[in-house]
Amino acid sequence: MLAQEVPTLPRGVRLHYDKVRENWVLLAPERAVTLDQIGHAILTEVDGKRNFGQITAALSEKYKAPQDQIAEDSSGFLDALRARRFLDVM
Amino acid sequence: MARTVAPPIAMLAELTHRCPLSCPYCSNPVEMAKLDSEMDTNTWARVFEEAAALGVLQLHLSGGEPAARRDLVDLVRAAREAGLYTNLITSAIGLTERRLNELDAAGLDHIQLSLQGTNAAMADTVGGYRGGFDRKMKAVEWIKQIGLPLTLNFVLHRRNAHQLPRALEMAQEMGARRIEVATVQFHGWALKNRDALMPTREQAQLVTQQVAKARNTLKGTLVIDYVPADYHEDYPKRCMGGWGSSGLNVTPDGQVLPCHAAQTIPHLTFERVQQKPLADIWYHSAAFNAYRGTDWMPEPCQSCDRKTIDFGGCRCQAMALVGDAGATDPVCIKSPHHRALQDRANRHATSGDAPFVYRDAPGAATEPAE
Repeated sequence: MLAQEVPTLPRGVRLHYDKVRENWVLLAPERAVTLDQIGHAILTEVDGKRNFGQITAALSEKYKAPQDQIAEDSSGFLDALRARRFLDVM
Repeated sequence: MARTVAPPIAMLAELTHRCPLSCPYCSNPVEMAKLDSEMDTNTWARVFEEAAALGVLQLHLSGGEPAARRDLVDLVRAAREAGLYTNLITSAIGLTERRLNELDAAGLDHIQLSLQGTNAAMADTVGGYRGGFDRKMKAVEWIKQIGLPLTLNFVLHRRNAHQLPRALEMAQEMGARRIEVATVQFHGWALKNRDALMPTREQAQLVTQQVAKARNTLKGTLVIDYVPADYHEDYPKRCMGGWGSSGLNVTPDGQVLPCHAAQTIPHLTFERVQQKPLADIWYHSAAFNAYRGTDWMPEPCQSCDRKTIDFGGCRCQAMALVGDAGATDPVCIKSPHHRALQDRANRHATSGDAPFVYRDAPGAATEPAE
């Protein structure tokens, strides 16, 4: 994922708190992906407005971690969602 | 019971067995639930709430043709209010533009649209419903306009396997993010049509190659889920992800099944949502515990290193093919019946132009009230 790309959750893909299993999941057509804390933190920043660079900057600020490290970790995660059509990029 | 049972993730709600199509591979039971035994809106709404409380995340509204239910919009609304991701599995017959807009407003998350063939000649022959293909294509335009997420489900068999490349193109033209290439599974009515439907081994291999190639070229554009022709395989399918492990099925009259074909296993009895809470049925009923986990397995499954990969395959298929639901799925190369099944599959596949045996009137094909 490039810094200027704007990720967005397409219609039919949404975050959901699973009260029974007590964790966050990403619900998509006929799939449910269990999210760890990092995955959830990244996706809550995805708003369809800010680009990937702005998102990693915000996460860096929030979690006091180096931005390039965050970009590296979250890029793979978002690219995997994109390959499954759970994430669009504008 | 020492082992812990996880809650289910998905529920298939068979809202009705009525359907305007009469596909020769229909997976509904040969003896279908009658219209007057179908559960009403409020009962289904309660079942959706119980399912969500139990841990179900994904709800599949199916049939028959779910659009044959006049209360479909209310059912979708109830499912969303219960907090479920709501998927409609449909042929699109009975979905008007107005009704699709109402489903959209009610919060429908996703549509899985069945494709019987890539042109009217094939699709209407398979579905046994003249004009069905044109109506489906009309509905696709409305679905696109509304922007409802779409998966195309191409049910593949010997007669239409050659249409796979066009089906992949159509999925893209329709704006689908995903296509299921599902080779016919032989349960229910489909068992009567193995001579007409069984793909040849060569076709099955070609389809596998085409899918692999398309997955590569369409990466990031179209996701392809593939169900191979398992009579020709060496290892059985991981049926239902394991019996009673992740999914359950509710019939139009309220019986709760571990899979949609479970009623073909004669020694099992099924409890009803009208009589017991769904959670009780999931965790404690004899039917759900019959083949749960691995304790029930005979050899060669019990000592097999694949036993938690495929869970011995499909119980209903073992019942249908070797007369014992507790046997190793005969698709498996370790089954003593494997060779006989392969010979049988080849005989079915070389039955030339065996005619389709259609379902005779799967319930009165009612149109929705407009």
